[in-house]
Amino acid sequence: MNIEEIKKNIEQELSETKDIKSLNDLKVKYLGKKGIITELSSKIKEIPNEEKKEFGMKMNELKNSFNSLYDSKKALFEEEALNEKLASESIDVTLPATHIEIGSPNILEKLVEDLEDLFISMGYDVVDGPEIEEDKYNFELLNIPKGHPARDAQDTFYLKDDEILLRSQTSPVQIRTMLEAKGEKPVRMICPGKTYRRDDDDATHSHQFMQIEGLLVDKNIHLTDLKGTFSLVAKRLFGNDTEVRLKPSYYQFTEPSVELDISCFNCKGKGCPICKNSGYITVAGAGMVHPNVLRNCGYDPAVWSGFAFGFGAERLAMLKYGITDIRTFYMTDLRSSKAFDRKEDNND
Amino acid sequence: MINLEWVSDYIDISDLTPKELAEKVTESDINVEKIITNHIDNLVIGEVVECTNHPDSDHLHICKVNVGKETLQIVCGAPNVRVGLKAIVALPGTILPGDFEIKKSKIRGVESNGMLCALYELGLEEKNDATYSKGIYEGATNLKVGEDALKALDLESTVLELDIHKHRNNDCYYHIGFAYALGSILNRKVTLPDISFKEVNDNVKDHFNLEVATPKCSYYLAKMVKNIEIKESPEFIKKRLISAGMRSINNVVDISNYVMLEFGQPLHFFDYDSLGSKVLVRDAVNNEEITTLDNKERILTSNDIVITDGTTPKCIAGVMGGVDTEVTDNTKTILIESAIFDAVSIRNTAARLNLRSEASIRYGKGLNYEYTEMAIKRACHLLEKYANATVLAGTVKYDNVDKTEKVVTFKASEVNNLLGIEIDEADMEKEMDRLGFAYTLKDEVFTVTIPNRRLDIEPNVNDIAEEIVRLYGYHNLTATLPVVPIKKGEYKGDIKYRKFISKRLRMLGLTETKTYTLVSPSMAELFDYEQKEKVVLPNPMSVDKSVVRTTIIPSLINIYNYNKARKVEDIFLYEISKTYDKNYQEESKIAGLLKGNIVKSSWNGNIKCDFYVVKGIVEDILNSLGFTNRYAFVPAKLPNLHPGVSANILLDGEMLGIIGRVHPNTLKDEVYVFELSLNKLMRKVKPIKFKEPAKYPSIQKDVAFLIDRNINASEIEKMIKKSSSRLLKDISVFDVYLGDNIASDKKSIAFKLTYLDEAKTLTDEEVMNDFHQMIEKVTKEFNCEIRDN
Repeated sequence: MNIEEIKKNIEQELSETKDIKSLNDLKVKYLGKKGIITELSSKIKEIPNEEKKEFGMKMNELKNSFNSLYDSKKALFEEEALNEKLASESIDVTLPATHIEIGSPNILEKLVEDLEDLFISMGYDVVDGPEIEEDKYNFELLNIPKGHPARDAQDTFYLKDDEILLRSQTSPVQIRTMLEAKGEKPVRMICPGKTYRRDDDDATHSHQFMQIEGLLVDKNIHLTDLKGTFSLVAKRLFGNDTEVRLKPSYYQFTEPSVELDISCFNCKGKGCPICKNSGYITVAGAGMVHPNVLRNCGYDPAVWSGFAFGFGAERLAMLKYGITDIRTFYMTDLRSSKAFDRKEDNND
Repeated sequence: MINLEWVSDYIDISDLTPKELAEKVTESDINVEKIITNHIDNLVIGEVVECTNHPDSDHLHICKVNVGKETLQIVCGAPNVRVGLKAIVALPGTILPGDFEIKKSKIRGVESNGMLCALYELGLEEKNDATYSKGIYEGATNLKVGEDALKALDLESTVLELDIHKHRNNDCYYHIGFAYALGSILNRKVTLPDISFKEVNDNVKDHFNLEVATPKCSYYLAKMVKNIEIKESPEFIKKRLISAGMRSINNVVDISNYVMLEFGQPLHFFDYDSLGSKVLVRDAVNNEEITTLDNKERILTSNDIVITDGTTPKCIAGVMGGVDTEVTDNTKTILIESAIFDAVSIRNTAARLNLRSEASIRYGKGLNYEYTEMAIKRACHLLEKYANATVLAGTVKYDNVDKTEKVVTFKASEVNNLLGIEIDEADMEKEMDRLGFAYTLKDEVFTVTIPNRRLDIEPNVNDIAEEIVRLYGYHNLTATLPVVPIKKGEYKGDIKYRKFISKRLRMLGLTETKTYTLVSPSMAELFDYEQKEKVVLPNPMSVDKSVVRTTIIPSLINIYNYNKARKVEDIFLYEISKTYDKNYQEESKIAGLLKGNIVKSSWNGNIKCDFYVVKGIVEDILNSLGFTNRYAFVPAKLPNLHPGVSANILLDGEMLGIIGRVHPNTLKDEVYVFELSLNKLMRKVKPIKFKEPAKYPSIQKDVAFLIDRNINASEIEKMIKKSSSRLLKDISVFDVYLGDNIASDKKSIAFKLTYLDEAKTLTDEEVMNDFHQMIEKVTKEFNCEIRDN
């Protein structure tokens, strides 16, 4: 067999191989120890010296041509095999997913966290305080002496005599924070937390509820600053087109005192059942810190001024999410809580 | 309730409609909740032109009534109906109070096209035997038929229902106070009513003496009038009282109420002849008794104030009079009391006796002594005019009122700074005038005397600022932000940890709950693993909210039961809350409850939550705070937990919390709980350091021990560690086997040990040496053997 014939046979046989095994068999047939090319190559000894070079080159050519044909054929088989494997592994991607469930926040906590983010961004600290309080912090230092009618309105759970109580508001945290700053340092804080009053639980009353109070004490603080700050909160909670309104009110620890209203997010001020046709909804109480309170906490009202505000977390959440029963917050129903585990567009 | 027609006695508001007025008032001062008018459509004056008896009735009349445009046939049952009578006619379509619609109808077969009305049917009088027996209203003969009835009779009134903020109660709870409020809003003058009267030459001091023996009465005025004539009140008094929601009784009683609604000062009229010549005001004695006007026996306490005749209580001061000194139809001489009692004491007494009367409410808010004086004079004026009373000379008086004037000094700039507005001195002066506050201005400093009628104002700049902003208009305030140094806000104290752990638990699949701090005694006993003494409320509202909880787990069990009852299968909950013990010692706790599949697929297999998943969650929390290798789970028997599936969790050897499966007697299902003390977790967290992975290869060896079933994995691990050199870097359990081929009191537990030398490549020989030594020691220690495969 001459080289040309061998070459022709190789091409023929390689093209006819059907699988990797027969391909490898061919390799043995041609390039194995006793393979056709191997044996032919060994005949170089019998060839005259001047022809050896050319013969060698031809044999290399032959080997290379085999290998190259072999490699491409092999790649083809491997690809086929892989495709077959992939085909066998295909799944129905439309079948239902397997879930690693993520838990949801309590609705009130979600709301509180939203507000915390906003206030922290404005330099307010988030501060905590005891829920079992002393009368001194819950009332007296807040300008609510014993016997004051404001105490009637906050029917309080007393634990021991008239001195130890479950706090009826989060304001004592403000007092504690001011006392800690000793009348020397400015204060900027919010104090979300649980509060307790002797109310019978029903759809709109709860003996335990959450307040989000805040306090800013510094120099040259105006009532207009309260309006501006509240306006940001209202926009954050109820959208950028929310308008705010201040209305006169009365609290013992602020003077002047105001109610903070937002334009109704439902009817945009036109009047609807949610805002009782007034176009506005009261969402918080606030005011300029009463000079007696400043003085009680070591601040000179001639130098320092500030504002304080308080939101009811339940009321905000009920308005924002259209919840009608306050007990919803205290009896987690997993069928509805899942909805609160997601991002909201909060203008942030 | 403020009657606008009444207010117009004191201030000119004739140019404003009730709606305009209400808007102005609401804007700057007091929220007008409702404008209530008693106007009734289709109510006209008619004249009875014919009146015959109904053929089928012994009391009904068939009348022809001229109502201007037409003459209607109306059947009427009133005994006083007669030809020529000017009556109030409700035409068909009229809706009377109580949603009672007048329709064309047939009464015993006779057509009737309307109704002739009595005042009580229009809500203008109380319905009682006396008003009923009067029959229908008899109008004056000069009334024009067809006119709107209430207008023609001057009976129309408009009442504002106010939501008066607590501090303004004492000056807007009465008509003169409200007139002053309007005066400052509208910048108009207020005219006080006539308080003049004649006195006869007979002094009250000769008939009567007064002693006040309690500090709770600071002011007591008494005057006497005699020869009074008890009769019906004049129409205007009746009308005004009814519009304010009060009953008309007789001229004398009505006058005391009328003056109260004018000046805010409650008065009490004693029947002088029943009272006698002495009044002693004192604190009541415990268990002292009095029968009040409503004929009820009241038992008093030493907190109450009583008016006595020297010995026996005749009146609970400020709350309610006694029945035996009541003004009756036979009363001839009365003693008028106008006094100021301690507001707190009155509030407490009224609340205790459940007697919140119009008078007690007003006493409870505090009173202006100037009006105490004016009111008694006004009463004398009205009694003289409408009860033909003779007023005795002189006033018996006890006066211990603090009359110190409330004076405040400030600069306009201080008010401006507090409010964030700019008003100059000249404007500030105008505002003071509007408010009716006397002031002087010298070197920029205002010195203002607060009128006594404004009990709500304290002498400080903030209170003045409030008055100013009221007039300036809250809606005119701009919105600014505080000009303060830039500062980063942060979570203080344990909040930082709470937020971090809270988010982590949510990511681990638990849903946050919020439950009540107050629980029932039986709930407080559940899962009481710490056996702490608890705070029990001395006066709980109900027994199910009477104990301050020391653990959150029972509350989570409630939420679990609630959801299970609603067919929720997989329940994963947590809560972070404060708890308190008997000594009010606070401890924040993190509690979790887990039941069901933590990885869920509807068709492809679930991963169910077992003890080790819960343990993994707890460990993740601990590791995330940097406590890796510092905690241990120690088997423990805990209340309401499965005795074989529960453990104490220790951190650095100290009790941190618990974990376990809920005892099947407590919950049938496979439910796991844990609770950790957040306080104890709050310890210094070390900064994160980067540790390079080992450069040299490690060698792993496996070993399985056939060992007593009761020996815990952690004990074996501890022994393995103790028996190995520093080359042993990691131990992990990879198989636990109980069952066939193994004695029932044994288990097979297999460990994978990882050996590593950080300085060089380990040889198998070195490791085997270590490994065999370890096996020898462990098998000896536990008297166990290794298990060959």
